[in-house]
Amino acid sequence: MLKVNLSDTIAAISTATGSGGIGIVRISGSQAIELADSLFVSPSGKRLKESRSHMIHYGNIVCDDKIIDEVLVTVMKAPNTYTREDVVEINTHGGFRAVTAVLDAVIKKGARLAEPGEFTKRAFLNGRIDLTQAEAVADIINAKTDKSRDIAIARLKGSLSAEIKDIRENILTMLANIEAAIAYPEHDDETMTRSMIEKGTREALEKVDRLIATADMGRIYREGIKTVILGKPNVGKSSLLNALLEEDRAIVTDIPGTTRDVVSEFINVGGIPLNIIDTAGIRDTDNVIEKIGVERSRSLAREADLILLMFDGSSRLSSEDRELMSLTKGKRTIVLINKLDLEQKLDLRDMDAIGISVKNNVGIYRLYDKIKEMFGAGDIENSNEALISGERNKASLHKAKQSLENVIETLEGSMPEDFVSMDLTAAYEALGEITGETLEEDIIDKIFSEFCLGK
Amino acid sequence: MEKLYIADSVDICVIGAGHSGCEAALAAARMGLSTILFAINLDSIAMMPCNPNVGGSSKGHLVKEIDALGGEMGKNIDKTYIQSRMLNTGKGPAVYSLRAQADKSKYHTEMKKTLENTQNLSVRQGEIVDIVTEKGKVTGVISESNALYKCKAVIICTGTYLKARCLYGDTIIESGPNGLRRANGLSDCLKRLGIRLFRYKTGTPARVDKRTIDFSKMKEQPGDKDIVPFSFENKPEDIEREQISCYLTYTNEKTHDIIRNNLDRSPLYSGVIEGTGPRYCPSIEDKVVRFADKTRHQIFIEPEGEDTNEMYVQGMSSSLPEDVQIAMYRTLPGLENVRFTRTAYAIEYDCIDANQLKLTLEFKNIKGLFSAGQFNGTSGYEEAAAQGIIAGINAAAYCKGAEPLVLDRSRAYIGVLIDDIVTKESREPYRMMTSRAEYRLLLRQDNADLRLTDIGYRYGLISEERYARFLAKREAIEKETERIKKINLGPSEEVNGILTKCGTTPISTGVNMTDLIKRPEMDYDKLAPLDPLRPELDREVREQVNIQIKYEGYISRQMNQVEQFKKLEDRRIPEDIDYDKVKGLRIEATQKFKIVRPVNIGQASRISGVSPADVNMLLVYINTKQ
Repeated sequence: MLKVNLSDTIAAISTATGSGGIGIVRISGSQAIELADSLFVSPSGKRLKESRSHMIHYGNIVCDDKIIDEVLVTVMKAPNTYTREDVVEINTHGGFRAVTAVLDAVIKKGARLAEPGEFTKRAFLNGRIDLTQAEAVADIINAKTDKSRDIAIARLKGSLSAEIKDIRENILTMLANIEAAIAYPEHDDETMTRSMIEKGTREALEKVDRLIATADMGRIYREGIKTVILGKPNVGKSSLLNALLEEDRAIVTDIPGTTRDVVSEFINVGGIPLNIIDTAGIRDTDNVIEKIGVERSRSLAREADLILLMFDGSSRLSSEDRELMSLTKGKRTIVLINKLDLEQKLDLRDMDAIGISVKNNVGIYRLYDKIKEMFGAGDIENSNEALISGERNKASLHKAKQSLENVIETLEGSMPEDFVSMDLTAAYEALGEITGETLEEDIIDKIFSEFCLGK
Repeated sequence: MEKLYIADSVDICVIGAGHSGCEAALAAARMGLSTILFAINLDSIAMMPCNPNVGGSSKGHLVKEIDALGGEMGKNIDKTYIQSRMLNTGKGPAVYSLRAQADKSKYHTEMKKTLENTQNLSVRQGEIVDIVTEKGKVTGVISESNALYKCKAVIICTGTYLKARCLYGDTIIESGPNGLRRANGLSDCLKRLGIRLFRYKTGTPARVDKRTIDFSKMKEQPGDKDIVPFSFENKPEDIEREQISCYLTYTNEKTHDIIRNNLDRSPLYSGVIEGTGPRYCPSIEDKVVRFADKTRHQIFIEPEGEDTNEMYVQGMSSSLPEDVQIAMYRTLPGLENVRFTRTAYAIEYDCIDANQLKLTLEFKNIKGLFSAGQFNGTSGYEEAAAQGIIAGINAAAYCKGAEPLVLDRSRAYIGVLIDDIVTKESREPYRMMTSRAEYRLLLRQDNADLRLTDIGYRYGLISEERYARFLAKREAIEKETERIKKINLGPSEEVNGILTKCGTTPISTGVNMTDLIKRPEMDYDKLAPLDPLRPELDREVREQVNIQIKYEGYISRQMNQVEQFKKLEDRRIPEDIDYDKVKGLRIEATQKFKIVRPVNIGQASRISGVSPADVNMLLVYINTKQ
C-alpha cells in the first residue's frame, strides 16, 4: 500500500457542509470525466466524455438505477483547471444528504476520497500555485492530516474499532497460513484448506457488510442521529424542540417521513447532526390536551438512535412517566428534568439526569455536551472534518468488501493460492486504513509467531 | 607498524570470496575492470557452510535474476546439482520455486575454476586488515602481510567472518564458519572509518555419517523427473544427470525432553550469545521452547555431495553441548546409531546496518567503498550473491564513471531486497520472502530473463550469442500471444469434445481462444488440437504465452499498481537536501530521513515510522525548491 498517491482520481465535497443552497462535489484526476460520465444522465442524452472544456451540463446523477440528485455538472479539462488535471464539479442541492449521496456514488465508481488539502497540494505539485501559496498548503496538510486522523481514531475507540481489529486478525491468520505454505513448501504444519479460507473470507465479508450497514459513519452524517423526544403532554417537548432549533443556525431541510406521517427536522450539535423525528407529533400533543398514544411512542422509541426523555420537575412521577421510562430500555437515553425554575417535587435519585429550564434557557448546553460525549469525537468543531473521516471509513469498508468478493471469486474460479493472497492482502490493508495500521511486517511477524519454520 | 610494500595496483579489490564476493568479482572483471578477489583461504571459495542447496521459495527467484543479469550462481549450480525440484507448483506461477541440492565440494571447485579462468580477475589468499581512504575516497587495501593493493573501489563481502566466534555448550571457538580462521583486523578499521557495526548470529546443524543412518525408517524425497535449469544458457537435456534423494524424519517427545532438560547448558539461554538471530532460522531448542505444544518437528536429511558420506540434518541447528546434541539426534527414527562428523554450532559475527548504504550498495560516507552479502545484515547464499552482482556492477560503473544500476521494487526481487535493507529498520538477519514483494505476480521466476536480460546485456555481462537467442524468444512469445488473441472458436462438436474431455463446460456461442485458456481447467497446451496453425515452440515460450494470457486480469491489475508506484519513484529528492529546513516534519521523521537519505519520494515513504503527512511535507518542500 502506497502511503502517498500522486496520480489517482480524487473526490471531495468542496463546499461547507450543513448550510448553503448548493453543494459541490469536486473530482480531479485522469479518470474524473469518465467517472462522472458513468453517473450522469442528461435529458438530451449528452455525454460528459464528449463535452468541450469548461461547459456546464444539466441532468441527474444516477447510481444503481436510482436518481440521487438533480445536478449541474461542470467539465473542465487539463491543464486549465485548479489542479491542472481533468476536473469535474457536480453542483447538487444543498444540505448533507444530497451532496454526500453524490460523493458516495462517485467513490463507489472508483474515486478516492481526497485527503485534507489534497486538491491544493496537487495544484501546487503540478505547478499551478506559487511559492507563497505553497506555505499555506504545507500548513493545511500539517494542520489537518493529523487532526482528522485523531478524530477518526477517537470516533473509533468504540466497538467499530474492535470489530475491525477482529476481522483483520482473522484475515491475517488466513494470509499467514497461505504465505507460510508458500515460503516453506515442504512444511507440513496443518495449513488451512481452501474451504476453510473460503469460509473465513465469507465470515469476514459478512462482518464488513454488517459494518457498512450498521456502523455506517456516513449514515449518521447523512441522516443524522435519529432522535426522539419523549415526555407526557405539557412537559415542554415543543419548547425544547424550538430551543434546539433556534440554537442551531444550520437547519438543513424538512424531511418528510417515509414510513408514516412523521415529520423530522435536522439540527447540528457541534458537528453532530441530530435528526429529530416526529416533530409534528410533538407539536400536536403539546398543543392539544390529549393523552399521548403509548403505542406511537413505543414505535418511535424503537427506531430511535437516541431518546431525550423529559420529566416535569415540578410534579411527581406519574404512571405515564413510568411507562415512558420502560420504553427507553436498551436505548441510548438522556434524561432531562424540565421546569427547573419551579419548585421541585420530582425525586429521581439513582438516575443520571440533566436539570434544565427550557423557558429560561438553562442547561441546554449541558445537554449538548452530553450528546457530544455520547457520540464520540468530543471536540469536533468542524463538521466537514467529521464528515470526511466518516466517509473515508466507509470508502475503506467498501474497498475491503470488494477485495473480499474478489477472493471468493478467485476461490470459486479454482485459481491458485497466490491470487487469493493478493486480494486478502488488499482487504487487510483497506481495513487498516480505518484503524491507522499498515501491513509492513505484519504478515512476516505472524508467520513466525504462529508457525515453527526454518532450518 | 612494519613498512608497507606496494603489492599491486588494480581497479577493484573484493574482500571475501563467498557467494557475494564471487559474483561481485566476476561482474567487475567481466565489465573490463582489473580485479583482485581476496579470501582468507582459497579452499573456501564459494563454500556452503550451512545448507547444501541453492534456491527455494523466493531464493530461486533471486538465482534466476542473477542469471539474467549475467551472474554465475545459476550456471554453477546447474553444473553441480545432485537433485532438482520445482516446489509450490500448485500455488500459482508467481510462487513456483526452483531448488537444487548442491554437491558442495564440486560447487566450490567449479566456481574456483571459473574465477581462475576469468580475464582481468585474480584470486589471492590473505586477510585484508585495512582499507585506505583519502578525502573520503577509497584508495587501497592492506593485507596482514603489509602488502598495499592500490585500487579505486573496494567491495566488502566478509560474510560471517568478522570477529566471528562459534559456540556450542561451554565451547567457544574464536573462528569463522566451519573451523576457518576468522577476520580480526577489519572491524576496527571500519569503526575508524565511521561505520556502525552490530552483531548478528546464526547457526548450523550437525553433519552426520551416512553409513550410520537407517533410511528405511525415513521417507524418501526424490528429485523431479523433468528438471528445469537455473540458467538461461542451459537446456534441461544438457544438464540431466542421476539424482540423489533426501530423506524426511521427525523429532519426538524424547528429543524434546532432552532439550528441555539441558536448556541451562545452552549459551543462547544462559545469555552468552549476544547477537540477534533470525526468526526463520531457529535452533531446535528455540522451536521446542517457543512451540511447546508441537509434539514433533520435521527433519530433513540431505546429502552434502556425491563423493562424501556426510549428510546435513536440516531442522536440527543447535548450540547445546556436544554430548546433548548427540543424545538428542539419536532419538530420531533412523538416527538411533548416528555418528557425528561435525558438531552443530551457533556463530556470531560483526555486520552493518545497511541503512548506511546507498541503493547502489556504496557507503554513503565513503566514495568507492561498497559492500554486499551477509555483512550487510542478510542471510542466505542467494541473498548474498544477489547483492554481490549489484555491488560488482556498481563498483565497476563507479570506476568507469558510468551510470550505476538500481533495480526498483517493481523490477526484481533483487530490487526489493536491496530497497528493504537500505530503507527499513533491521531487526534480524534479512531473508528474502515472496510476501515482501508487492508486485510478485510480475516478478516471477519464469520471466526473470524477460525482465533483466536487457540490463545484463547493457552492462556487458551477457554474450552476443545469448542475447540473440533471448531476443528470438521474446519475439516468439509476442508473436504467438498476438496470434492466439485473434483466434475465435465456434461451438462445434470438435471444440466441445475437447472441452468436455478436459472437464470444462462446453460453449454455446463463439468465444475467443484466450477466454478458454483463462478457464481453470484449461491451458494453452490443451487447446493445441483446436489450433491447426500453431507453430512448433519451445517449452519456455509456450509457458510464457500461457501465463500471460491465463492471468491477464490479475497481471494488469498489478501493472496499474506499479504505475502509481512509479510516479512516486520518479519524484527525486535532491542529494543535498537539508532536512532541518523542511517545515512541519516530525522529529522522528527528520531523524529517519537524515539516516536513510532517500533518493526519491517512494523510498522516503517506505521508511519505517514515516507518516503520510511527513511525506507530504517533504513533497511540498521539494517542489518549492525547484
